[in-house]
Amino acid sequence: MDFLQPSSWDEALASRAERPDALPIAGGTDVMVELNFDRRRPGALLDLSRVDELRAWSVEDGAVRLGAGVPYARVITELADRLPGLAMAARTVGSPQIRVRGTVGGNLGSASPAGDAHPPLLAAGAEVEVASAARGTRRIPVAEFFTGVKRNALEPDELIAAVHVRTARGPQQFCKVGTRNAMVISVSAFALALHPDRQAVGTGIGSAAPTPRRAPEAEEFLAGELDWAGRAALPESLARAFGERVAAAASPIDDVRGTAAYRRHSLAVLARRAATWAWDDLRRAA
Amino acid sequence: MRVTTTVNGTERTADDVWPGESLLYLLRERLGLPGAKNACEQGECGSCTVYLDGEPVCACLVAAGQAIGREVTTVEGLAEGEALHPVQEAFVEAGAVQCGFCTPGLVVAAADLLARVPEPSDPEIREALAGNLCRCTGYEKILDAVRLAARRQATR
Repeated sequence: MDFLQPSSWDEALASRAERPDALPIAGGTDVMVELNFDRRRPGALLDLSRVDELRAWSVEDGAVRLGAGVPYARVITELADRLPGLAMAARTVGSPQIRVRGTVGGNLGSASPAGDAHPPLLAAGAEVEVASAARGTRRIPVAEFFTGVKRNALEPDELIAAVHVRTARGPQQFCKVGTRNAMVISVSAFALALHPDRQAVGTGIGSAAPTPRRAPEAEEFLAGELDWAGRAALPESLARAFGERVAAAASPIDDVRGTAAYRRHSLAVLARRAATWAWDDLRRAA
Repeated sequence: MRVTTTVNGTERTADDVWPGESLLYLLRERLGLPGAKNACEQGECGSCTVYLDGEPVCACLVAAGQAIGREVTTVEGLAEGEALHPVQEAFVEAGAVQCGFCTPGLVVAAADLLARVPEPSDPEIREALAGNLCRCTGYEKILDAVRLAARRQATR
């Protein structure tokens, strides 16, 4: 096994192109587990921790361009105002030791259906910026990025550069069910974003389908029923109906962490609560 | 692969390091520092917590090569000569040590908390130590020790 240590983004892309057998490693919170347990033996590790470009974020055209190597701890301390949903999800990741190392880019690279960053990125309509030495950069809507269980739309010569997330125009929520408050891989997770500027609703479902996914019908339903102009209270019956539509969008399975039935039920509850909390936040802000 | 890194203030070098090996293996098996403990190897238990460039991390989840040129502080580096770190002292006095396996990781995590938050609330202590498991379940005494170290730090 080789250890490739690019110190710039151009060098990293060149290494990626030369070594399709290399496994990119950022914070190591997923990759090192696979190595420690002999689950993977790549030809090389491509260490991205020295590529400074990946560790920065900036605001461009009303959206945050979040470098793939920014750890969760910094999303919490630096971006909770602009990206509240992602920051809420980041607070639920692992433990302090995991949050200073793990990155949103790494979460996207692993593409686990349980990745905590995915639901808020889906709800916000984020785009993943990927790049290769040969073809330059392209942007992939995050809803099209996940292609299967732990599979994503990256070509073999591509690396994840950043994720573009529109600065929140309204309240966002993230809820997650697990066996305890810390160090939990979610049994089910749900993210909601209200977009009052275009009277739209965004959703993201985690751990309840082969990939993280949106609940498009539930989004349209809630956006159509909400009293955007008058901001009247959200009737409980409406919140419940929304929750049922979110649950219907999932395709959960039974596994060691929970049953399909429990995942569907808990999603309906999480979605009902998230919609109620977010709408109450919007009414208070008015 | 050669790895040179600063450990507890001293530059250390190890040769023939396997590129897939962890910082934890490097510290324990190549540099003779067995303080950080090897247990879950998946970042669940916190027993291998060390500082990497001033941040508490699970050494089992850092590739050894990622530590090249960085600064590592292990539990062995917390005491100053014979004088224990205040958190270490408090763990002894409060009886926060049973089998002792989780202690090094908890001591590093608690020392980091008190360096950032000198007077932590109980929820802050619980949050800071959420990634460290004690299979003896001696959590109450561990919380006592952190509170004691905080009080003592405030009066120094």
